[in-house]
Order: sequence, then C-alpha cells, then structure tokens
Amino acid sequence: MARIGVFVCHCGENISATVDCAKVAETMSGVPGVVHSVDYKYMCSDPGQTMIRDAIKEKNLTGVVVAACSPRMHEPTFRRACADAGLNPYLCEMANVREHCSWVHEKSEATTEKATDLVRVMVEKVRRNEPLFPIKVPVTKTALVLGGGVAGIQAALDIANAGHTVIMVEREPSIGGHMAQLSETFPTLDCSQCILTPRMVEVAQHPNITLHTYSELESVEGFIGNFNVKIRKKARHIDETLCTGCGLCALKCPQKKIPSEFDAGVGTRTAIYVPFPQAVPNKPVIDTDNCLYFQKGKCRVCEKVCPTKAIRYDQEDTIIEADVGAIVAATGFEVKGCDFFPEYGFGKYPDVITGLQFERLASASGPTLGEIRRPSDGTIAETVVFISCAGSRDPAKGIEYCSKICCMYLAKHAMLYKHKVHHGKAYVFYMDIRAGGKMYEEFVRRAIEEDHVSYIRGRVSRIYEEDGKLVVKGADTLLGGRPIDVRADLVVLGTAVVAGEGAEELAQKLHISYDPYFFFAEAHPKLRPVETNTAGIFLAGACQAPRDIPETVSQASGAAAKVVGLFSQSELSREPVIAVVHRTAPPLFSKCVGCFLCESACPYRAIEREEIKDRQGRVLKVVAKVNPGLCQGCGTCVALCRVKAIDLQGFTNEQVFAELVAL
Amino acid sequence: MTMKMGFYPGCSLKGSSREFNESLCAVMDKLGVELEEVPDWNCCGATAAHNLNHALSLSLPARILALAEGAGMQEIAVPCSACYSRLVMTRHELQENEALKAEIADIIEMDLALNAVPINVIQALDRALEGASLESLVVAPLAYKVACYYGCLMVRPPKVLRFDQPEDPMTMDRMMERVGAEPIDWAFKVECCGAGFSVSRTDLVAKLCKPIVTDAVKRGAEALIVACPMCQSNLDMRRCAIKGMSEAEAHIPVLYITQAIGLALGIDRKDLGLQRHLVKVALPRRAVVGA
Repeated sequence: MARIGVFVCHCGENISATVDCAKVAETMSGVPGVVHSVDYKYMCSDPGQTMIRDAIKEKNLTGVVVAACSPRMHEPTFRRACADAGLNPYLCEMANVREHCSWVHEKSEATTEKATDLVRVMVEKVRRNEPLFPIKVPVTKTALVLGGGVAGIQAALDIANAGHTVIMVEREPSIGGHMAQLSETFPTLDCSQCILTPRMVEVAQHPNITLHTYSELESVEGFIGNFNVKIRKKARHIDETLCTGCGLCALKCPQKKIPSEFDAGVGTRTAIYVPFPQAVPNKPVIDTDNCLYFQKGKCRVCEKVCPTKAIRYDQEDTIIEADVGAIVAATGFEVKGCDFFPEYGFGKYPDVITGLQFERLASASGPTLGEIRRPSDGTIAETVVFISCAGSRDPAKGIEYCSKICCMYLAKHAMLYKHKVHHGKAYVFYMDIRAGGKMYEEFVRRAIEEDHVSYIRGRVSRIYEEDGKLVVKGADTLLGGRPIDVRADLVVLGTAVVAGEGAEELAQKLHISYDPYFFFAEAHPKLRPVETNTAGIFLAGACQAPRDIPETVSQASGAAAKVVGLFSQSELSREPVIAVVHRTAPPLFSKCVGCFLCESACPYRAIEREEIKDRQGRVLKVVAKVNPGLCQGCGTCVALCRVKAIDLQGFTNEQVFAELVAL
Repeated sequence: MTMKMGFYPGCSLKGSSREFNESLCAVMDKLGVELEEVPDWNCCGATAAHNLNHALSLSLPARILALAEGAGMQEIAVPCSACYSRLVMTRHELQENEALKAEIADIIEMDLALNAVPINVIQALDRALEGASLESLVVAPLAYKVACYYGCLMVRPPKVLRFDQPEDPMTMDRMMERVGAEPIDWAFKVECCGAGFSVSRTDLVAKLCKPIVTDAVKRGAEALIVACPMCQSNLDMRRCAIKGMSEAEAHIPVLYITQAIGLALGIDRKDLGLQRHLVKVALPRRAVVGA
C-alpha cells in the first residue's frame, strides 16, 4: 500500500498569492494513499527539506510529491533530500504549481483547483514509480579534436598538457587553419605566423598528440566516454616515413599555375605541394585533380627527382579506427565570396577581392611578398576602398547575422596599407563600427586619427570598372546622404563569415544540432557555451559562430577544461530515464516482434539488435535492445512501438495514463 | 492556332508611347498571339495616386484586376513598367491582407479573387515563345552592340516581383542575344532615369540621363534597348536638354525591346512605329557573318 507525502510550497508569495496552499494540502490529505500533507513557505529552504526528511522517516513514506516550482529548478534539491532520508530519489516528483499555475492565473477558486489537480496527477504517477538507479558508464581518456586551426590547436594542447591523449584530425595537408594565412593580427599588429607556428610545432612534437593531416572524420559510433571513430586518411601519394620535406618535387613540378588555397586564390602553387613554408607536417601532397600524371598518364617528374624515392602514385586512402571518450569540434569557418550579389563585381573584376585575399597580399610570405599590388596588373594600389558588411547584416542577401570580425580586420587592413603605401588613400565604408573588445576601439581610432584612414558611414550601391579604375558608388549618410564616387585601384570586401564546407554533413555525423546557417549549436547560449546537446561533444571556435582569435582561444580552452573534467572521472553517472525493451521468460522472451521501426526512428542511434540464443547457440529470436549509454529518454520509440514492447523508465505508459485518468 | 493573352495597355501605350503598342502588337501578331484588352480598363493610378490616397492607389489597379478576372483572363500582359508595378504591388498587398482586400472590393463594388496575374513584357514574350525558337524566326539578325536598360520598376522590389537579379538583371540581354545582337556589359542598366520628373524638373532628368547615355556609348553600344515608356521618353525626348554631348551620344537611338525584336523578325519599320522617335533610328544595314 502506497504511503505518499505531499509538500505544498508557497514560494514566498509566488504561489500563495494566487493559490490557497493550505487548501491544496488539506484536499490532498483526503486522497487515498496520501498519509502526510502539509504546506510551508519555502520548501527548498533547509527547514523545508528537513520537514521532508523527517516525514519520510516518521511516516515511513514510499513516495513524495513536492508542489512547487519547475523541476528544472529544484528537482535535484528535493531528490537529494529524499535520498538522505533513505528513499530512492526517483520516488520523489515535483508538481509545477508555479510556472504552470500561480504565475499564469489570477487568484481564484479555479486557480486553487487547478493546483490541486496538478498535485493529484503527480500523486497518481508517484504511486506507480519504481526505484531507479543511475547508469554507470566507463570513460576512454582520449580526446578527438576535429580541426587543426588555432581552436583545435589550443584545445589539443590544453588536453594533452593535462596528461590525456589527443587525436587531431585536419582536413588540409597542414595544420594552422585560417590564422596561418593572416598577415598581422589586431589589435596588437603582431605577426600571425610568428605567434601561431610555435604552437603548431608543439602539437607536432607533443608526446600525447597523434596528428592526422589530410584526413577526415568518416564515422562516429558510441556515446559519451565511449565513442568509436573512423578516420579517413586521404592518400598523399607520398611515403611520409621516407620524405624529408626537401621540396625538390614541388620545385620541379611542371604544373605551376594552380590557384593556391593557402593564398586564397591570389597566388599559385604546383600540383605536388606543401601549402606554405612553415607547414606542419612539412610533407607534400599530390593534388590528383591537377597532376599531369593522374590526368594524362605521363610526367612522373617528382618521382624522378625525389632523392629518397618517396613518391607513391598507387597509394590509397586508409581508414584508421580509434576509441575516444570526448570529441571537440573545431572545424572553423569560411569566408564567403560576393558573387551571389553581382553589384560589387566580385568574380568579374580581379581587383575586387575578399579580406582573406588582402591578408595574403599584405603578408610577407604571400605572392607579392607583402606589397599591396593589384591582382589585375601588378601595380601598387594608390587608392583602396574597404567595404564592411559585404553580405552580412542584410536579410535581402540571406545573411542576417553580423560576421563580427570584419570591422576589426578592415581597420587593420587599412592601417597596414597606410604603413606600406604612405601616400596612398584608404577609405572604409561602414554601417556601424563594432569594436567591442579589449583595446579594439582604441585600435580603430588609431587607424582614423594617426593613419588618416577615411571612414565613411554609408553603403556602397555598386562597383563598376571604368578606364582601369574601379568606380565605387556610395553615400555618406552622416552628410545628409550625399552620394560619393571613389575611383579606386583595389576594393577589399569584408565578406560574410560562413560555416565551413561540409559543416552540415559533419553535424549530422556527430549528431549535434546546428543553426539555419549551419553553425553548430551550443547546449545553452549563456550557461553551456562550449557543450553541445550530445553529451561528450564540445565546440571550439568559429564552427559555432563567427569569432576572432582571442575569443576562439578562450573558447577552445573552455572546451578543453570540459574534456579534462570529464576525463577526471573513472566512470560516468547518467540519468536512468531511458527506454527499456520488455523481456520475459521463454518461450516468449519478449513482446518485441523484431520489426525495428524503433531503430530507424531513434534520433540517437540507441537501438541495437539482440539475438536470443538457446544453449546450442542457435538464434531463437532477434529483439530490440536499448543502449543505455546512448538513449536520451525522448520516448520516440515508445510512441512508435506497435506491440507496446518498449517503455520509458520513470515515464511508463501506465504512469502517464494514470496521470490523465486522475484529472 | 492563335493564342489569346490578356492585355492592359495603360495610358502611355495609347498616347506618348504609341510605338510600344504598335511594335508589341506587330510582334505578337507575328508570333500568333492575339492580345485581348481588359474591357473598360481605367488608369492604374501611376505615381499620382499612391502619393495622395492609399485606398485610391489600390482601388484603381484592383478594378483592372477584377475586370480581367471577369473576362476570364489568367494572365495580363502589362508592358508599361509603372502600370506593371502598380498592378503587381496591389495584388501582393491585397493577398497579404484579407481585411484590406474586402475593403477594396467594397469600394470598387466588384468581386476580387486576385487570380489574374500581371506579367511584364519580357514574361509576355517568353509566354508567346513557349515551345517556339526565337532564333529560328529571325530573318534579319540585329547585328549591333546594344545596351539593355532596365530602369527601376521592372525588377523592383525584388521581394515581390521575384523577377531576375535586381542589381544585374540579364533577361533582356539574353533575349537580345537570341535575335543576333551583342549586349554590352555596362554599369548603368538599373540606374534611375528621373521618371516622372521629366515634366517638373527636366534639368534633373537631363542630369540623370546623361551618364546612362554616356556610359552606353563609351562602351560601344549602338542602341539602347528599353522596356518602359517612361525610360524611353526620358532617354529619347530629353536628349536635347542634356548639355555637352558628343555626336555619338546625341544620336544613339532608344528602342523598345519589341521594336528591336520586330526588326529582327523582318517586320516593317512603320509597323513598329520607328518613325515616331525623336532621336532618329538610323541603324546602318550590316551583313552578319554566317547569316
């Protein structure tokens, strides 16, 4: 026979102002099975919790209902109090009479009645609750870091330095990401490569880090603490153990006019190439799409010149399998072009370039050795126009968000340009200057006041070419919308920062959510910024939203701290609110008929197939089985099961029906 | 077989831009399309109505739409860009707002289902050419460099019209290619011509039209191609008000797209109304390579 205790909280005046709490408690005391029913001003306070603990002991309660706020607030508090008094914590439930009742209704008889109904419903549920126990799962103390940009590098180093092993996977032939492409960094103007390359080398040399470049994630199975991943190591067509990185192959390669990805298309590379001099690892790859041998069947120059005979034309992709306990997605961003709106002439005029292309022009390691030369004719640009929000913050262009980094890098570009071409003219067209960050506003002011960059508040409507110049038609909205035409040699667009190529596909592989722009979604925008909704998978850097370097590095360290925190436990506890498949004695074994509708319905891939065998090992029946580590307790399988063979622990069909019948 | 198409000429096509009407009818006739005027049509309200009275600016086009519906027309060809804009915008606004639609229907005392769709001249030509190849109908390829000028209203507002790229439209250019012309890449195809200010501020219209004509000529165009009576009259009629023009700038003709196509289809110049232009349409005969 159930012995249930009901505890009605006033929550100060939050509940008692509209609900007659004493009356609720009194009504409930008359419900069969309720042996104790009281109200109190603050149930969550220490005396309130003591009331619950004492009642459990004195009245030998088998279930507890606390009528108070949302279970999101205090369920852990009251369940702990029950556990202290020796009651299984899953025999304690909360009736939400605050958010669901007192806050949303006027004071009236009906409000009190509704509160009573909410409590009655929970009493009927608790009457049918079973004791549950947290699920324990082991932890593999190796982290997988996806992406070798500054975010991935920081996260990998932090985790590795805490003593755990890390597997880093980078899609490109070298780690370094976009930061390696940058010339100088705001707001200090220190050389990007100078601060990044030591970290890249550290990753390569760290005993706890295994680096797989030119590799991609193939698949992920498993759950927090126990992921199994497959990594596709793409064929470099080089024997890395023999290659010394001498560079002779690239020097002799006859295919020299391929647009370089590292130089954002403003420079060229060969078909066998190392993306940049400080690449880690310093081993070339063969770009088979552009290699004469792969395309036309002849050449093999690299093979002939290689002093260590390291070229392998017949090399194939390999798949590496690994067990990891946590995954950090640090796959970064891409800079969108502007060809999707034609009025700026991007793609049509070679001297209209993106910010990333300007970085390469301004970089000492770039195709012009740091001189600001026009891509069209190689002359020094005497007038340069920088345009912010080229696509961003414009619903008509389909990108409503702020790309965040452009205001700062355009100020930096204009400043770098003025430092290189003293007599040159630099204009920045802007909507707002968003310089929120340590020393950021000062940096922009410096560009305007010390380096005399002309900032014009207004949008550019059109860019067209006339007599070898680019005519930039804009307006100065601070001078009454006066139209302005600037005849420029070079136009730099602060184009939108967008999610990396393949972000959607990766998110689906990882089973993490993403926003409409394919940036990965954090579990909570304020309180859980580096976690995803899938336990054990964390986020770092611009794969989540546009970010600059300081923010990316902070977030990467945050993600690393989460991973290290996870790895500090020998096993993990999980809520036991999971689905279970009905099992019974032979010859039925289970109500499950093995249709596996549940398998395709499960969003977490938690349904497995279990073979029931006799003593000779013959398979008698195949039934569904829920992997307790993966199941999130969503209940989709329960709703779909045609024979009602699956039930959700803590929310069984019987419990839910009883709740409804009680109304 | 003759295909029938609803047709709303508006005031310009009956007056100052008679040649647009003549050339459209001639081309459509050649393509086997019979244009059927909306019975008892009225003024679209143009620029005047929507500056003065919102209900009036919706009621005038709404009546036209209702009349077209009543005549069983599914599509109405509306060659004038201003008329087209007013009809499309009215239909859109009333579709979005049931209460307003009821109010307007009440004012015009007619049923309003909004199932007659206004289409512009390019869409009308496309419709007429469905299943036929324009290239194969060409008898005298228009072997000239042309600058297609779209003006403002044919592609704007993009959210409502969803026709072509608003900042770099190409539909006219592509149609010109099909009749043998060489459309140039130029910078002023959607700049403002000054529109209705032609009367009140001729000086402003001259100022706005000058760079359009200058850029077209500078980039080698031999003719400007338009699809709007306002654009045509401003560029054609106000040439004398533009100061400091070169010989070539003063003489570049402004043709309606229907006239240009009509020439390529071998229709007589008179039937296309070419003699009505102020800037003489004196395109030299030119042999086409391979023709």
